[in-house]
Amino acid sequence: MKIAVCVKQIPDPATPYELDSENHFVVRPDDQVLDDTDRYGVEMGLQLAETTEGEVVLVSMGPAGSLQGIRQALAMGADKAIVIDDETLRGSGALVTARVLAAAIEREGVDLVIAGTESTDGYVGVVPQMVAELLGMPALTFARKVEHSDGTIRIERQTGGGYDVVETTLPALVTVTSGAVEPRYPTFKGIMAAKQKPIDQPNCADLGVESPDLVGSGQGIVEVRAAPARAAGVKVQDEGEAHEEIVALLEQAKVV
Amino acid sequence: MRIWVFAEEIDGAPTSLTLEMLTKARSLGDEVAAFLVGDGSAETINALGAHGATTVYHLDPGDTLPSAPAAAAMAELAASESPDLILFGLQPTDRDVVGRLAGRLGVPVLSNAVDIVIDAGSTKVINEILGGTTLVETAFSDSGPHLVVVRPKSFAAEPGDGGDPSVVEVVAPDTGHSGSATVIERHAERSEGPKLEEAEIIVSGGRGMGGREQFGAVEELAELLAAAVGATRAVVDAGWVPYSLQVGQTGKTVKPSVYIALGISGAMQHLVGMKDSGTIIAVNKDEEAPIFGVADLGIVGDVHKVVPKLIEALKARSS
Repeated sequence: MKIAVCVKQIPDPATPYELDSENHFVVRPDDQVLDDTDRYGVEMGLQLAETTEGEVVLVSMGPAGSLQGIRQALAMGADKAIVIDDETLRGSGALVTARVLAAAIEREGVDLVIAGTESTDGYVGVVPQMVAELLGMPALTFARKVEHSDGTIRIERQTGGGYDVVETTLPALVTVTSGAVEPRYPTFKGIMAAKQKPIDQPNCADLGVESPDLVGSGQGIVEVRAAPARAAGVKVQDEGEAHEEIVALLEQAKVV
Repeated sequence: MRIWVFAEEIDGAPTSLTLEMLTKARSLGDEVAAFLVGDGSAETINALGAHGATTVYHLDPGDTLPSAPAAAAMAELAASESPDLILFGLQPTDRDVVGRLAGRLGVPVLSNAVDIVIDAGSTKVINEILGGTTLVETAFSDSGPHLVVVRPKSFAAEPGDGGDPSVVEVVAPDTGHSGSATVIERHAERSEGPKLEEAEIIVSGGRGMGGREQFGAVEELAELLAAAVGATRAVVDAGWVPYSLQVGQTGKTVKPSVYIALGISGAMQHLVGMKDSGTIIAVNKDEEAPIFGVADLGIVGDVHKVVPKLIEALKARSS
């Protein structure tokens, strides 16, 4: 089974994000990291590839930089990567992202597409569903468990109040939630091997996608401003009696 | 202005988020319709009407996963009815449908809206980024339909004086392989006590509780206060509690009168889900934890010492 896993490189969430004052885009350092939520998709892809003697292709759009985040996913065991970093794509929205990813996946020809449910830096949360629509595939979303047997894919789909068991046949797209599988840590051997793995970097023209510079993205940022801040609270060091402060506040809020 | 609101029927009722969106739509548009996916019970239709829908387009997907048929049906209907704006909620089926609909229509989606402004015919969406510290206002530049995904609890749901809506039965066009996903089983995971989204008080625990067993203190305190139990993504990923208790960007957005955060450092992804709570109380041993930035009362201390004493004190009061 040939599997495409959609991944994204993001600025390290441990560092505060900055916005470019001119265009309001998130400032992206050269060294970005693999979005933590993507590690679950990569792991799921690797497990399914292992049981079917398949192959895992990473597909990613965005500023490539040093490709550190992509190498992290290759080090886990993915076979190769396709990274689309085209100057005309800067600041494009979810739909353009989906068109580019779908074109790259279609060119590759795969049985299964796996993605996270949303990225940690942008969290629009609809790109995988758009990709599925553009590829004419069913989308089994918010999976907390995935099983494959003989061309049929079955998941447990998280819902607001529980879960549903949902099934379809390949080709299909699956989005996996964090915690669906235990992502493996790259081994030293994996990290060394990742340096030699192929990373294809096509542009929009190579994929036959119209650049958004020409077609427009249909949306534009009007203003960015600070949110009204919450009034500063009180901070108390516990010396053994701090619980009394909590009781007093609960009384004041009239909930005890 | 013609506005549609996507509605999914769960356990015979629309979700609270659907009713929040209808209330907002009523204040923005002169013509509000709901696109309902589900059995279409009388109670659901009535609730949609009471909150502002004058027309309910109803699609019963049966056991088919609703995303593909609903998106195809909406695209077909939008071509003839020309809605200006379609609202979806930040909840699973809404996200599935809006993504497919946008792909089908070739129009953009603006997500995570906390407010929507119609200004001289242009639709602007406000959303919060960087953990809610920054607001971004984005406008659609092309003609509609404009697709917007709304965060829960951005608007209060209030019934208006709307009567019975007219119901239009919708049949989905053939979606081929895209529409081949089938729901085989449905499972509810009910937890005892009040529901997270509706609770007046929430007691939430993070990784700082230490382990599944120690997380019991969160549950014990919640029970004493008749509160709902919440948790961070790290705790859910670790398998201590089910996903339905997760508070944050990828879980539930809550706005209780009192939110008590125990052993929670306050990652951005958690803060966006609870920072609009009335009174926030946090206990964490790390003085620099970001949770203290939003807490009205922050206790710098060991949860394993503070929480048992708090439980004892509350028990002593009630006895």
